[in-house]
Parts: sequence; structure tokens; C-alpha cells
Amino acid sequence: MAITLNINGQDHTIDADPQMPLLWAIREKAGLSGTKFGCGIAQCGACTVIIDGNAVRSCNTPLATAAGKAIRTIEGLSADNDHPVQKAWQELTVPQCGYCQSGQIMSAVALLEQSPDPTDNEIDKAMAGNICRCGTYTRIRAAIHRAAEMSKT
Amino acid sequence: MNTPSFSRRNFLKVTVSAAGGLMVGFTLPTPLQAAMGEAGEINAWLTIDPDNIVSIVTPQTEMGQGAWTSIPMMVAEELDVPWENVRSVRADANRHVNNAELYTTTSTGGSTTVSRRHPYMMQAGASARERLRVAASNRWGVPLDKVVAKQGYLSTEHEEQGMLQGTYGEFAADAVAVTLEKEPTIKAYGDWWLLGTDVKRVDVASKTNGSAVYPIDVTVEGMVYAAVQACPVPEGKLVSFDFEAVKGMPGVIAAVELKQVKDVPAFTDLRSAVAIVAESWFQAKNALAVMPIVWDFGRGATISFESQTAEALSLLAAPGTLVKDEDGNIGKGMDKGVNHDAVPDLLAASTKLVTGEVYSRPFEAHATMMPPCAVADVKADRVDVWTFTQDIGRSLNEVADQLGRDTKAVFLHQTQLGGGFGGGYNMDVHRQAAAISAAVGKPVKVIRSREEDIAQDSQRPPVWGTYKAALGEDGLPVALLTHFVGEEKMPAFAQRGVANLPYLIPNRRHENSLVQNHVPIGYHRAPGANSNGFIVEQMVDELAQAGGWDPLEWRIKLTEGMEPWQRVLQAMKAKSGWTTDMGDGEGMGCAVVESHGTIAGCVATVSVSRRGQIFVDKLQYFINSGYVINPLNAREQAESSAIWELSHAMFGGLQVRDGRIVNTNFDSYPMMRMPDTPPEIEVNLEMSEDQWWGGLGEPTGPPTPPAVANALFYATGTRVRTTPLSKAEL
Ligand code: FES
Ligand code: FES
Repeated sequence: MAITLNINGQDHTIDADPQMPLLWAIREKAGLSGTKFGCGIAQCGACTVIIDGNAVRSCNTPLATAAGKAIRTIEGLSADNDHPVQKAWQELTVPQCGYCQSGQIMSAVALLEQSPDPTDNEIDKAMAGNICRCGTYTRIRAAIHRAAEMSKT
Repeated sequence: MNTPSFSRRNFLKVTVSAAGGLMVGFTLPTPLQAAMGEAGEINAWLTIDPDNIVSIVTPQTEMGQGAWTSIPMMVAEELDVPWENVRSVRADANRHVNNAELYTTTSTGGSTTVSRRHPYMMQAGASARERLRVAASNRWGVPLDKVVAKQGYLSTEHEEQGMLQGTYGEFAADAVAVTLEKEPTIKAYGDWWLLGTDVKRVDVASKTNGSAVYPIDVTVEGMVYAAVQACPVPEGKLVSFDFEAVKGMPGVIAAVELKQVKDVPAFTDLRSAVAIVAESWFQAKNALAVMPIVWDFGRGATISFESQTAEALSLLAAPGTLVKDEDGNIGKGMDKGVNHDAVPDLLAASTKLVTGEVYSRPFEAHATMMPPCAVADVKADRVDVWTFTQDIGRSLNEVADQLGRDTKAVFLHQTQLGGGFGGGYNMDVHRQAAAISAAVGKPVKVIRSREEDIAQDSQRPPVWGTYKAALGEDGLPVALLTHFVGEEKMPAFAQRGVANLPYLIPNRRHENSLVQNHVPIGYHRAPGANSNGFIVEQMVDELAQAGGWDPLEWRIKLTEGMEPWQRVLQAMKAKSGWTTDMGDGEGMGCAVVESHGTIAGCVATVSVSRRGQIFVDKLQYFINSGYVINPLNAREQAESSAIWELSHAMFGGLQVRDGRIVNTNFDSYPMMRMPDTPPEIEVNLEMSEDQWWGGLGEPTGPPTPPAVANALFYATGTRVRTTPLSKAEL
């Protein structure tokens, strides 16, 4: 069945099972590999994308429910890797293996768009769905504060 | 081999043993190698372009630990080229394997990339620099000692022509033809300009926009996808499967049986398994999930973690086997000369006997964020592979072995790993991908589901341990007996950090026993020391308390005269605000463990709520690896290892029931998350700078759980002897 997805402002017509998780459509059909697979059961956050402003786990979002909505992936954040969150992540050398970081960044972007200067508690809540096996959490926390600061000026 | 200029013994060892007299890695390329190499290649490690950009090769893989940065740093230090001019590029595994291990080794683990490999990597840079100088001296007609190589430029003060200067790039082509009479000596610590400074890892930016490439991201024209399943009870075998039942499902292309050749699964073989190949991975996984499969579970079906624990407890009730090293001494190195025969009598006669209870740690999985994945494109005359591996050379050989192909026709391409932690060693996903691609005649991407990953991983082994000690008049131990129970597959892990514990106890005896085990075992960040540290360093606290000693003072006293340990322990005392008396519900604990040649001390501050919930408020680390080449990266790795180990200690533990791992995804096998992370992690680098090097990718892990458990004791009066700590009744 053909479904049209709007990813980073571009329409992609995808011929797939409407029950297929959005993650696999983004990766295999639209060819955007920045969004990662980590668990498939909405437990790790590696597959996080932003749909209509909210951080969503694409691994358990059926394709059909994302049709017609504005989907944003890591590739759509900036053309030059210079979104404030990306800059803060680079400045504080957050990523290690890096595999979780697309998801971490998308969760952080959604948080900052809703709450431009989040408290540590808000960060804990917003980021609790994203696992990092490299344990970069303290740097992620600092980088979210740093991005908030950068966005102000 | 005649190498008069090499004073460093370890360097000699590397070159002689690995290459039988050939100075691997920095000799001139042989004509064959030169033909394969790039233009401007000074040696296999580096290429200098005419525009003075230097490309430095990394034979070690990148998993976030910084290899793609550290290796170029070490070469650039000696070459003396501005860091902005350096490009970090990947080693060609095919060239390595087919040229007598050109890069000495491609193995990436044991925290050795810097600590053990710096001599020959720095030598490669020094050798290239000297060749450039010779080339300039020849072209300018000036004596060699008048040529200066600095920051990418060669220069001289010419008698007639005055100041002459040129870039390395202008002399690179000449330098390729230069043979050195004598290899230069590499710099001593302190002569560095780049090493020892904070350098950001080169791949960070590629990991903030999704452009970093992991095996799971590789696509090849015409590629199909495979989901795999091995027997849920490890060591079990496939009996039959009914492909007819799922053949008609959307996208399904084929089922492939992965045949195990050997009787018992080995990392030199495929494990008995079955794969479904489909147009998309989602379709492959769905079909595999419903395909009827019959397994022969094998001996594992009667083993559970509970049965292993019961076996361990009965083994601990009787004497174990005395642990000896190859020299017939107990332990390794440090404890030579320690009297182990006297221990039973001393314990029997003691009036101040301390009898420990049983401590344990469970199985743990790597659960790297990227589930193991590989892409293989097997063609008649050529094989290309991208895979999750910590050793590109080994994996290339394994693929060649699996397919019966010449290694010259196998090309294994380095990607980012998506985590490693030891999981990239005993890994067979590339074998699976190669076998499936060969069977279906198409390029194939194998992705393990998280459930398959955790069920089939090479796990961290469990351990059970206890001790007895006799204390003297001063409250310090005069005799110590430890008994650790490990498992049969990688039994040596059960002694790491035990038989070689540093404490000066005159009479020691270390015993060992093994339980039956069918679960595959592998290397996990700080193998052995990770679990054993939890036991040994709580034992130390119990001994100190029994003898009336402050636990930190006890450790200081019993490592007297050992500079590297004293440096760490004294810093813990001076800088941590150490106290064992913080008041009710709060506590500080300490622990110190050596692994990978590095001594790491941890001071943990915890608080426990009235309902028994644990909060780790602060972790302070004191690390002595001798030297550090990139303090920024050292801190990042210290933080990472700390969280890695704290995660297992707080929340981990695999359950094995009827032979199978039952908790195989993050809902049932929880990990530390942002809200659980200590708000403060402080890293103090306390370097001896005394001619020995330790590794930094893992050592802060092992002291973390015992420091937290010791702190919990001071906070609550309860000693927690197993993990996960979050399940303890406090
Ligand atoms: S892959 Fe979607 S949350 Fe883990
Ligand atoms: S950076 Fe490796 S999992 Fe987060």
C-alpha cells in the first residue's frame, strides 16, 4: 500500500505494510539512516523522531499513523550540523560510540522547543526514555543546559 | 634483527614476535605494498599529500573510546605536524592480513591501544619524520643535522642561499625512496607537544547529525535483509524448521540453515541457527517469529542460574584448587614468595578469625546500543563485509574461513561500532552474514533483534566468592584464604584481581572452583576485575572493620612502599573529604582496583531513603595509569566505565531458567538512565609518570560497585553481597 510520509519537509511515497514500524520506513525506504534501531519495543529511544513537535519512538509507531504528519529526523535538524543542540553536543564532546545520540539529540530538541530553559528535573523526565550504554548522561545533561544558553543569545 | 637504537624492550618484542625480524609498520613498503598503497605514502601508517595534509591510518576500531583520535595523535606527535593538517583514515584489513600483519595487530581491546601500542605507532611517525629530513638534506645539499622538521615544515639555514623552507608535502615523494641507516629513538615523556593535551575526538561531529556510519547503516545495491535465530538454550542445535508455513508471508525470500560444524559451539565456527531472508528486516523478523522450529536443547536445558548458585555454594563449603601461575607460584607476579602452605594452620590456630559470607555477581550482557549487525556481499571472485568487530583482521580471517576463500579476496571495511565493551571479539554475526549471502547469492544485511542479541551474546561470567582471615595483634591480617567459584568456559576470569591483589598480607592462599556452564562467555569491560572487585574490596572493608581500622587507612597501610597505589590512596584521602561517619541514611565508601595496568580508586557518596531507595550522589575517581596522552578522552572514558559498571551493579543481572536467558530486552534487563545517574562524577588523574603505562578504557568500572556497596554499609549498617543493588533490602 502506498503511504506518503512527510519527512524533514519532503514527501516520500512509500509502498509498504501500513503496520510496518515508521523506523524501518525511514531507514530502509526513505534511506535516512541517522535514526537508529536499538530495542524495537520503545524502551531505548535510539529511534526517536519528532512528530508534530513531540518526541516519538518510531520503532513502535505504525507507518499508517504517521502519514500526513510532520516528521523530523536527525538529518533535518540543520544543513551544517549547527543546531544549538548539535553545537553544544560537539562542544562538550558528548557522543562516544554515538549510536544512541541521534535519539538523545531528538529528545533534547523536543524538550527545548517545549521548555527553552529546562530544570534538571525536566531533563530527567524528558530524557528518561533514552538509554546510553556509553554512559554519557552527565555530558548530555550539561549539553542541554549549554544549548539552552546558546539559544538565548 | 639488528636494532641498536631501540632501547625499549617492549618495542623489540613487538617487532620480533609479530614479524620475525621485519620492522613491521615503518619499514619501507615492499614493492607489492607500495603498489597497493597510496601515492605519497611514506610508510604504511601515513600518507602526505602535496598540499601537506597528512592521512594517518588507524588499524584499531572506534567504539567511542577514541582510537581514531589517539592513534593519529601518537603518530603526529613524532611526525611533528599541526593537528589541523591530520586526517584520520581507516586501515585496510585486507592489506594487513595479507602482508604479515602489517600493522602488528588490529585487535582493539584490553585498553591497550595507547598503553601497549604507543612505541611502534610513535616509531612510525618518527621514522617518517627522519626520512623527510634526509630527503631535504639531500635536495638542499646540507648536512642532516642542519635540517629541522617542525609543524609540517622542513627548514635549514643554507650557507649560500640563506633560509630554505618547504612543506613536508613537497618532500614526501623523495622521502618514500629514503632508507634510514638507523631508526630514530622515540621521544621521552615530557618532550611532547601534542600528547598530554586535551584533544577532542575526531569523530564527534559525525555523531551529532546522523552521518556516522555503523554496519547497520551500510547498504549495497540489491541488498536483502536477514533475521537470525540460534537455539534459545545455548549449545542446543536446530533439528528442523517449517519454511512452508511462512513462505507466503510478505517479502519473504528464503530460509537459510546456518550449520554448526563442530560438536560444541566455538567462536571458530557458526552456531547452529536458522535465518529468514526478506525484502525488509521487519518482514524477515516477523516471519522468523512465527516459523515453527524444533530444537534439541542439549545439556543446558537443566541448568539455571539457581542451579549454578547451588553448585557454587556446595563447592565453597569444601576446599578448592590452589591457584598457581606458570611459575608454580600463586597468583601472578606480585605475590611471589607469599607463603600459601602455612595458611590453613594459621587460620585454624587463630584467635581472631574473620569468616566471610558468600558474595556473588550474576551473568551480564554487553547489550551494545547497536545490536550486532553485519553486511556481506559474497561474489564469485570477491567478498565485501562490514561488521560489528573489535578486530578487523580476525573477522576478515573468519569470513575467509567460513566461505573457504583466499583472504586476498576478502575485504572487510571498518565502520563505527555502536559500542564494543568486549562484545566485538567473540562475535559471529559476520560469519552469519557471509554464509547467508553465499546461500542466497545476494548481498545481505543481518540484524540481530535485541532479544536475539542478549540471548546469544558472549556473556560476562558469574562469580561467587568468600574468604577467611586471621588477624594479628595490630588488627591487620596475617593470613588470608580466598575461594572464588567461576564457570568452566573462561575460568581465568574468576581470579583476576584476586590472586594478584596488592595488599601486603604475609600468608595468602587463593583457591578456585568451577561450576558447569553452557552459556557462551566473553570479554566484558575490565573482565574478571569487574565482578571480583566487588567481592575483594568489600572483603577489605570487612577486614578493616574487624581489626578496628579505618578502611582507607587500612588500604594505605597495606600498600606501603608501592608508589602507584600510594599515589592514588593518598589522593583519595586528601581530596575526597573522606569520612565513614556521615550520619543516618548517608555514607561514603571507598575501593581501589587495578586493571589493565591502571590503578583506579573510587570514593562513592550515597544516600538511602526511608523506603530503602538508593541514590548515588557523587562518584570521585583517582586514576593512575602512569601517563595520559589525552586527558579529555581519559576523563570521558573514566565517566563511561563508571556508568557502565554502576548500571550493571544497580540494575543488571541476567536470569537463566531452563538453560535460557529470560530477560532479553531493556524492559526486563534494565539499564541505568538519566534520572539514575549520579549528579556528580569527578575524575582526578594522579599519574606516576614513571616509565610504565596502563590503559584507560575500563579501569574506573571495577572499584565502583564495591565503593557504592561500602558506602551503603556506612549509610544503613547493611552489607549487600550481591547485585543488582537496587533489589537489596535496606
Ligand atoms: S528502538 Fe525504538 S525505543 Fe528502542
Ligand atoms: S554514545 Fe554510545 S550508547 Fe550513547
